[in-house]
Amino acid sequence: MNYYLTEEQKIIKELSAKIADEKIAPQAAELDEAEKFPWDLIKVLAESDLFAVWVPEEYGGLGGGIFEQCLVVEELSRACAGVAVSYAASALGGFPILMFGTDKQKQKFMPDIASGSRLAAFALTESDAGSDAGNIRTTATHNKNCYVLNGTKQWITNGGEADIYTVIATLDPKKGPRGMAAFIVEKGTPGFSFGKTEKKMGIRSSSTRELIFKDCEIPAENLLDREGKGFLIAMRTLDKTRPGVAAQAVGIAQGALDKASEYAITRVQFGKRIGEFQAIEHMLADMATQIEAARALTYSVARMIDSGERHISKASAMAKLFASDVAMKVTCDAVQIFGGYGYMRDYPVEKMMRDAKITQIYEGTNQIQRSIIGSEVIKGALRRK
Amino acid sequence: MNLVVLVKQVPETTNIKINPETNTLIREGVSSIVNPFDMYALEQALKIQDEHGGKVTCISMGPPHAEAALREMLAVGANEAILLSDKAFAGSDTLATSYTLAKAIMKLDKFDLIICGKQAIDGDTAQVGPGVAEHLDIPHITYVNKVEEITNNQIRVHRMTEEGYDVILSSLPALITVVKEIGEPRMPSIKGTLRARKTKIPMWTAKDIEANERMLGLSGSPTQVIRIFSPEARSGGEIIQGESASEMADNLLTRLMASHII
Repeated sequence: MNYYLTEEQKIIKELSAKIADEKIAPQAAELDEAEKFPWDLIKVLAESDLFAVWVPEEYGGLGGGIFEQCLVVEELSRACAGVAVSYAASALGGFPILMFGTDKQKQKFMPDIASGSRLAAFALTESDAGSDAGNIRTTATHNKNCYVLNGTKQWITNGGEADIYTVIATLDPKKGPRGMAAFIVEKGTPGFSFGKTEKKMGIRSSSTRELIFKDCEIPAENLLDREGKGFLIAMRTLDKTRPGVAAQAVGIAQGALDKASEYAITRVQFGKRIGEFQAIEHMLADMATQIEAARALTYSVARMIDSGERHISKASAMAKLFASDVAMKVTCDAVQIFGGYGYMRDYPVEKMMRDAKITQIYEGTNQIQRSIIGSEVIKGALRRK
Repeated sequence: MNLVVLVKQVPETTNIKINPETNTLIREGVSSIVNPFDMYALEQALKIQDEHGGKVTCISMGPPHAEAALREMLAVGANEAILLSDKAFAGSDTLATSYTLAKAIMKLDKFDLIICGKQAIDGDTAQVGPGVAEHLDIPHITYVNKVEEITNNQIRVHRMTEEGYDVILSSLPALITVVKEIGEPRMPSIKGTLRARKTKIPMWTAKDIEANERMLGLSGSPTQVIRIFSPEARSGGEIIQGESASEMADNLLTRLMASHII
């Protein structure tokens, strides 16, 4: 498919692919096994300007948007979703600052995020607040010129490795979503420490860690937007970044299809290459078609968001939902085509299957995505009535 | 520091096919890349630039499409590039090539260090680097795997040998050829690639470099290729077996004595 990329988008895609193939792919299995954060690869991504693609030029970026970000994430995910999510999570942490920060806040933090010299992270989830994000218990108390944070955030991607955290906390738990606020918290702030590092099924080279706030004083100037806006900031951010998860899913699926089709033309059984059996050929055909449909939807939504469209929740949820379900299906089929070899860790497809699963879960489970889409559909029907 | 990196565009495959009638490389259908060792040369130049500042100029001799190789070098971080292209250069052997490159370097304002890859992966001669140095009458050091320091107009490097390395101190200007142990080449950047697309790459002809025409191209090339062929693959060899190391050593000794090698 030709998606008519601009010259600059082609450069971004080709460079990301080059890094994925030459630098990431050779290390993917080892990073997965060792559960080691890929700092050397993050440095390569930074030096190649990939962290800058979605950041406006006035803050040291290249002036692209969600679409450019998706092109990078997709290519990196072909080689290793763990590395790709470490890259993407920095954008997830940076977007709230870009979207809701003052010029002063943006001037202070965005250039470092764009250069990749400091990673960012986004902290919403807690042990009792996953899909029910309105139920967070990390508190923020306004105290003269500062806010004091107390509580624990869970499963934070880039936790411990990032320097800049966008943290959602509640000023008044009784007010629910309307009592929340978003803060920028820097690593090294007294009272801010890191807890348990999770051991995961997939994306094992990425860091998933607890953030612990104990009487952590942060300057009042680190409040994003206004008190009471925290929940809205979180939801608007996720609406914008969900195509990034979709792109990750498309990349994982494409990586699995590449491996499966390569295997189908080399593996011989019953005296024939297995790709010559219709059973395998049709599986490959379905995988390729599903991936292309997921990619087309993801690109359309990303371009729509970049064009400034305001109502993006439904489309953004659709891209994430569809692409992640495709990734799960396609990676399962890739393992099936590899047969017994596919189940072995010596071959790359079982990792892709483990990695694919998370795309159905994080940044809103696919059940939550369906709720978002479904409620929009119902709202539309009610309006027409 | 004014650094010069010499670049060659080569066919992508290492499985090169040769036309048996003309003894030349079959280039049709083979895409071109930057000679991989030249990427290491650029990496070394950029490392020196990171530390000492200055300018990195890449020079390539080749047909007009060799410009693509130079753009790749600019995308990775080289500051300027010059393409030497002229029908008069066609058919150059290593002598004529090194003469041409040397004449171009003489046209530069100033140069402190010329860096080349140890050899090109198509011809594999490893002669052009040293040849350029001879034409320029400057010292050269081949197979450099580490640049230790550059001070007071001198350079101290490690030259890789079969057993280890030599430490060599040379005056500048000089020419070095590098091996891949020098360090992984960095990747291009998006900003570099965008800049590279806009950078004007001047094309210099025989006239621009004030070369003696008799020393260029075919007429300047005494080398005559009689035949190019793939050498026969070496056969398997023999692995001496044994229960223990000392038994293996005994078996080896017996075999060597039986073959009258010792």
